[in-house]
Amino acid sequence: MAGLEFKDIRKSYGNVEVIKGVDLSIEHGEFVVFVGPSGCGKSTLLRMIAGLEDITDGDLFIGDKRVNTVQPRDRGVAMVFQSYALYPHMTVYDNVGFGLRLNKTPKDERDAKIREAARILQMENLLDRRPAQLSGGQRQRVAIGRAIVRNPDVFLFDEPLSNLDAALRGSMRMEISKLHQQLDATMIYVTHDQVEAMTLADKIVVLNAGVVQQIGSPLELYNYPANLFVAGFIGSPQMNLLPVTVEAVDERTVTVASSDVPSTRIPVASARGIRGGDSITLGLRPHLLAHSEVGGITGKVLLVEHLGNETIANFALNSGEQLVAALPGSAELSNGVTLSLGFDVADARLFGTDGTAIPVADRPFR
Amino acid sequence: MAAVTETNHALKLTGRYALLVAVALIFVLPILFMVVSSLKPDRQLLSDTSSFAAFLPVGDISVGNYFAAFDRAPVGLFIFNSVFITVVTVVISLFLCSLAAFAFAYLEFRGKNIVLSVIIATLIIPFETIAIPMLMVVNSLPWIGAEGLQWGWLNTYHVQIVPFLADALTIFLFVQYFKDLPKELIEAARLDGATWFEVYRLVIVPIAGPVFATAAILKFLIMYNQYLWPLMVTQSEQFRPVMVGLQYFFQLNTAWGEVMAYLSMITIPVLVFYLVLQRAFIASIASTGIKG
Ligand SMILES: Nc1ncnc2c1ncn2[C@@H]1O[C@H](COP(=O)(O)OP(=O)(O)O)[C@@H](O)[C@H]1O
Ligand SMILES: [Mg+2]
Repeated sequence: MAGLEFKDIRKSYGNVEVIKGVDLSIEHGEFVVFVGPSGCGKSTLLRMIAGLEDITDGDLFIGDKRVNTVQPRDRGVAMVFQSYALYPHMTVYDNVGFGLRLNKTPKDERDAKIREAARILQMENLLDRRPAQLSGGQRQRVAIGRAIVRNPDVFLFDEPLSNLDAALRGSMRMEISKLHQQLDATMIYVTHDQVEAMTLADKIVVLNAGVVQQIGSPLELYNYPANLFVAGFIGSPQMNLLPVTVEAVDERTVTVASSDVPSTRIPVASARGIRGGDSITLGLRPHLLAHSEVGGITGKVLLVEHLGNETIANFALNSGEQLVAALPGSAELSNGVTLSLGFDVADARLFGTDGTAIPVADRPFR
Repeated sequence: MAAVTETNHALKLTGRYALLVAVALIFVLPILFMVVSSLKPDRQLLSDTSSFAAFLPVGDISVGNYFAAFDRAPVGLFIFNSVFITVVTVVISLFLCSLAAFAFAYLEFRGKNIVLSVIIATLIIPFETIAIPMLMVVNSLPWIGAEGLQWGWLNTYHVQIVPFLADALTIFLFVQYFKDLPKELIEAARLDGATWFEVYRLVIVPIAGPVFATAAILKFLIMYNQYLWPLMVTQSEQFRPVMVGLQYFFQLNTAWGEVMAYLSMITIPVLVFYLVLQRAFIASIASTGIKG
């Protein structure tokens, strides 16, 4: 049993702090995805778990053991690298069995474990090959196999699918998900691809510039983004973020309006800190906008993408802002047409002047 | 159009081959001259140098010079000494220098960059400038050998080996190669449970064949061609290497035929070593798929 506990973990290279105090707990058996733009510190965080980077400050626990100074091999972790990092001079069999050979596992036990891993990953026929003779997807399997045989408490994946083509990426994603169910191990997975994060994770950790932006299930993040960064990062197409002005506030509602958005009363859990006249942001998911005859936001169609099951339309609003709406596939739109879009006020999200979300009415907010 | 490019291509190819042949000749002719001359009596050898006959085994051909060379100097002993000193030095120095380079390339320790800079800076110091101070040092060092504790290293094998076990050039070659290897390979091995020495032995050495071969060839040539140092530190014949042995042939009258015979014989170990390593070099590139 091994969960992980991060207590104010920090990492600096010279004077540059790249991880700025991460607090996080991960349960045993959870599939956690670190997601964020390139350079935000995902790999650094993962490598600190593996023991490949020193932890500048803070405490890291795996199980109930503080591991800050524990050698990589003694942490009970296995890692799959983006570049696979297979030993080029060894066969697949020896690559997978290298760790077992090092810890002096008896030969027949070793053989059994290697073959079991090969069976799980359907690569029994590849065991005699060298890495140079394998395709990208096959190398990926070997890299995962090498992790499996060590029977680690925690699997670490650093963008393992980013070197594969789109079709293979989809199927490997399913396999990793299946593997997680089979193995009963904690998995920590790094990606910059929010779709990968949404499909794989029990829990997503959104990072930006070395700071955790939000931790939650995929749906929590999608439905209740904690700030503008998460709102813009999670979900495709992106959430529309429109500047609006506060017209009126009472305890449970905020009324906002702009030259694009007619005066709208939006229920909130608490309007503390919001004042009339504040410039705040209204967030609207493209999929929660619908054609409406009256009121609503009016815009001119700029670009239409017919995807069959749905139609993605880009609108230009009066103020020059753009808006994206995902409409039913049957919607017949053409460029230049003016249309009015409505939304349910319960679906609207508000972000205060500092960019953090104003608590949503129907949800007890942490 | 097509015809023009084709002729062009043919011309280029011819040009390239002509150049290759010329270069090959420049390298081969001196060796050919040496071997051919070793088979000729001195008088013919000298007169042949005015014509192309210098490169042809013509006229009065015999192996007499070889017998004469053996009479004049203990050729076998010299070759043995050189091969022994060279091989021992190459083997140990490859091990030491690659380990040092491994540490410089992959480990983090205080003062690493300064130490490496100092080592590399020694590349620009000519051996001649430190030869005398080094002689004074080795002359006062202790050594425990078959006869117990002794002071001073002169007139031994180890005085010709130990000072050359670590050198900046070899360390530098290894550091450069190791730094270019993917870092993840080492990290993966660390996670697989390898100690640093296991990473070195089981992951790095097997894929570093090309740099081992390169370093071995360079070191072999440098050691085999040692002249000044062994001249300074060996007074007795017993420990002298081949280059010092060459002196035996430049006395009152230089016997050029014997010189050539001696040179031909002492070249053989170099060729053997080179051919063996070249094979290892190519085999290692082919098996790892990592480019050198
Ligand atoms: N060895 C290093 N030395 C200095 N800066 C580094 C080093 N490794 C990473 N960084 C910096 O740390 C930040 C986070 O890097 P990384 O964790 O690799 O980002 P990500 O994996 O999210 O793309 C980046 O700004 C990167 O430039
Ligand atoms: Mg990364």
